[in-house]
Amino acid sequence: MPLNVVSLVSVGRHPQSGRQRRAEQDGRAVELGMNLKVVQNSQLTVLHAGASSEPVLRTYAGMGLPELKVLELAEQDDAVPALGDYLQSANADIVLTGVRAESGESSGMVPYLLAEQLGWPLVPRIADIVSIDDGVAEILLALPRGQRRAVSVPLPFVASVDNAAAEARQTAYGPGMRARIEGNKAVTEVDEVRAGWQESDAKPRPKRLKVVKAKTAADRFKAATAKPQGKAGKVMKSESAKEQAEEIFKLLLEEKVIK
Amino acid sequence: MSFEWLHPALIATALVLAVIGAVRRVSLWRAGQPDQVNLMAGLMAMPKRYLHDLHDVVERDKYMSKTHAATGGGFVLSAVLIILVHLFDVDSQILAWALLASSALMFVGALFVFKRRLNPPSRISKGPWMRLPKSLLAFAGSFFILTLPAAGILPEGFLLQTGNVLLTVVLTALIIWGMGEMFFGMSWGGPMKHAFAGALHLAFHRRQERFGGGRSTGLKPVDLSVVEEFNPATSDKQVLGVAKPKDFKWNQLLGFDACVQCGRCEAMCPAFAAGQPLNPKKLIQDMVIGLAGGDDAKYAGSPYPGKEVGNAKGGPELIITDGLVSPETLWSCTTCRACVEECPMMIEHVDAIVDMRRFLTMEKGETPNKGAEILDNIIATDNPNGYSPASRTNWAADQNLPVMSDVKQAEVLFWVSDGAFDMRSQRILRSFVKLLKAANVDFAVLGDEELDSGDVARRLGDDAAFQNLAKRNLETLSKYKFSKIVTTDPHAYHCLRNEYQDLGSNALDGVEVLHHTTFLNELVQAGKLRLDSFNGGTVTYHDPCYLGRYNGEYEAPRELLRSLGIEIAEMERSGFRSRCCGGGGGAPITDIPGERRIADMRMEEVNSTGAELVAVGCQQCTAMLEGVAEPRPEVKDIAEILAGQLIEEVH
Repeated sequence: MPLNVVSLVSVGRHPQSGRQRRAEQDGRAVELGMNLKVVQNSQLTVLHAGASSEPVLRTYAGMGLPELKVLELAEQDDAVPALGDYLQSANADIVLTGVRAESGESSGMVPYLLAEQLGWPLVPRIADIVSIDDGVAEILLALPRGQRRAVSVPLPFVASVDNAAAEARQTAYGPGMRARIEGNKAVTEVDEVRAGWQESDAKPRPKRLKVVKAKTAADRFKAATAKPQGKAGKVMKSESAKEQAEEIFKLLLEEKVIK
Repeated sequence: MSFEWLHPALIATALVLAVIGAVRRVSLWRAGQPDQVNLMAGLMAMPKRYLHDLHDVVERDKYMSKTHAATGGGFVLSAVLIILVHLFDVDSQILAWALLASSALMFVGALFVFKRRLNPPSRISKGPWMRLPKSLLAFAGSFFILTLPAAGILPEGFLLQTGNVLLTVVLTALIIWGMGEMFFGMSWGGPMKHAFAGALHLAFHRRQERFGGGRSTGLKPVDLSVVEEFNPATSDKQVLGVAKPKDFKWNQLLGFDACVQCGRCEAMCPAFAAGQPLNPKKLIQDMVIGLAGGDDAKYAGSPYPGKEVGNAKGGPELIITDGLVSPETLWSCTTCRACVEECPMMIEHVDAIVDMRRFLTMEKGETPNKGAEILDNIIATDNPNGYSPASRTNWAADQNLPVMSDVKQAEVLFWVSDGAFDMRSQRILRSFVKLLKAANVDFAVLGDEELDSGDVARRLGDDAAFQNLAKRNLETLSKYKFSKIVTTDPHAYHCLRNEYQDLGSNALDGVEVLHHTTFLNELVQAGKLRLDSFNGGTVTYHDPCYLGRYNGEYEAPRELLRSLGIEIAEMERSGFRSRCCGGGGGAPITDIPGERRIADMRMEEVNSTGAELVAVGCQQCTAMLEGVAEPRPEVKDIAEILAGQLIEEVH
């Protein structure tokens, strides 16, 4: 049976014009899904929770998707229960999302809440899915400064796609307009917490001036590219799993994450 | 034994075969899409168009125009008379003498064709075309001899006497050869096809406005309703732009068939000269392969630079970019129209290229290099570089410009264009504002309400984005009252003047759209600007394509320079033959590699005039020419030169 990949897409917002657009990271999630479709011969469903009449969905479809699925929600509804409910029954193997939405609350919590609700592992900030064999995916996590970490994750899982992943392909007008956008009835649950919020525009804050300490071009290059010399933390590669786990446990206690 | 029936029978056979070929050829064109053309009016106007519009272009090469007049004129006359004298056997000495004269005229013309083919320039095609002068000689010579008895010079039946078997055989062979080329070849795809298709192309041209000295340069809009009003039964079959040869309009296909492979386009094409993989002549020949089916093995002209001939295959139902023409070829074009301007057959290369780009962008999403990013920016921020739309007027923070949303009306609307975001172009804008203020012009700008004109989006094939921008711009324009729009950007000028009219708005009715050089020239002629004479050394002028070839404005910029006392050191390629700077048609965005840069070649031409200053009328040209490595002459917009010479009143 082919793998079932679901890419979640939201309505993006252009940082300069504030206009609605295809969200950067969500576009990359669709791109990754489309590439998996070719490499793994998987099925791809592109899913949006919101209004099926949303014109931005056409820009995702323009990447070459014959159809998009929409869970019809009203403005005040919470997306997570609807998505969770759908994914539970959809038999998905991989759920791809952006790290955080460009509009709305933009909390970055959707993948976490979904993973929790589904009881699946969450793989944050991935750059690529290298291979999938026997139900285990080899994934590259994106770390700062172009570094990558390879991890193996058993299916199914939720992954958020980092800006380091392959850029979304160009969206074409014709296929976008022709795509079938199918609205489905969904579990609606009003986001009560949000309803109580007051929203106001952010005030621009004064920017801290960047003081360039480097004296030479070589210094500047190093500052821009070199791995930061972390003062805390350590890398444990050769130790046994038990020792590694103990160290993590110690750290969590130190940081008062667990008591 | 009498052979009197032989030659009439041969002529009749050749003519019947020609008619069959013609029907077949017409059916190939009819595979294209319908287009509104008045067939009768076109046919009636055709001879005049041939004698004026077409011959005006041929006339640029005096040798060839005389040769063609003799050969072509002689042939048409001979063909008519041959039918009368030899096929219908009209017994008239006058007709026979006329035929002798016309075939002699044709023979003389053919000798000059022959002479030219002895050492042909690289731009003209060889192959079957090398055979053509001999075929012309065979046709003209053999019918001359065949007509001698009818004219009474040789005794009746002399040629068919049994004693002259050898002469008869040779003469008959020449007649078959001549008619094979001239009648049969004309409709079955030989070199003479250009006469048949060319004549009909003149009659049914897609841009009828071009004839009689008119100008028609605006691209035709794409019908977006095909996908907007979605109908699953038909929409999947209709594509945006041109994917397959049959997606062209039928008269575009006919136009491709009219090509005589003279290669004048090739000699003018800046992309070809730069070694980018484009040759307009080969492109048109590939379109012919597309409409008729087959491959390019028989093509005998210059290839696309860097690409071997012989690998292209196509057919009316095959996607062009899958094996016939590579996308880089289409993206190399700067849309400068040098090829169109130079084409004696009035073929529209740029229309075809943009039609195919539309398919690549709007259906495939394959605009190369920065294309996708620029289009995304245009859609999301109304300017190609993704700047905040609210920062559009930042350049004029210190200019105290009247804004239309405040003043509601002005005599002149100054269309600022996207130069507002570019620091180099802002210097041009400031200079122009200085001149406007000095001449006390009642003007206003749209401020942040102005959007990108859509030029780049359209040339990159995204007509949806163009139409969106154009409609929104027109809506803004319709809110205000003004009698003129003046812009420093020839690309915006072209869109506003020639392309917005197709979008069903009356916002520009009765509004004069002017380039700033035209407007400034009016001011100078009216004595509204006091200017000092210029003494900064030799000056040359670079014609922007979108001002010159697209809009016919060659004089105003030159007159302005002359008003400063400048004697322009003209470049070899100037006026309607000006060479592109390389900045049009989104070429800097798609950036197809070549052996040289077009801007460098243009600067070499500037250098050869010994100029110390290049006057330009376009911010895009300024950017491209200033991109050439120093040392090189200074590059200045005419507005900047004028502003520098302005005598300001001191209060």
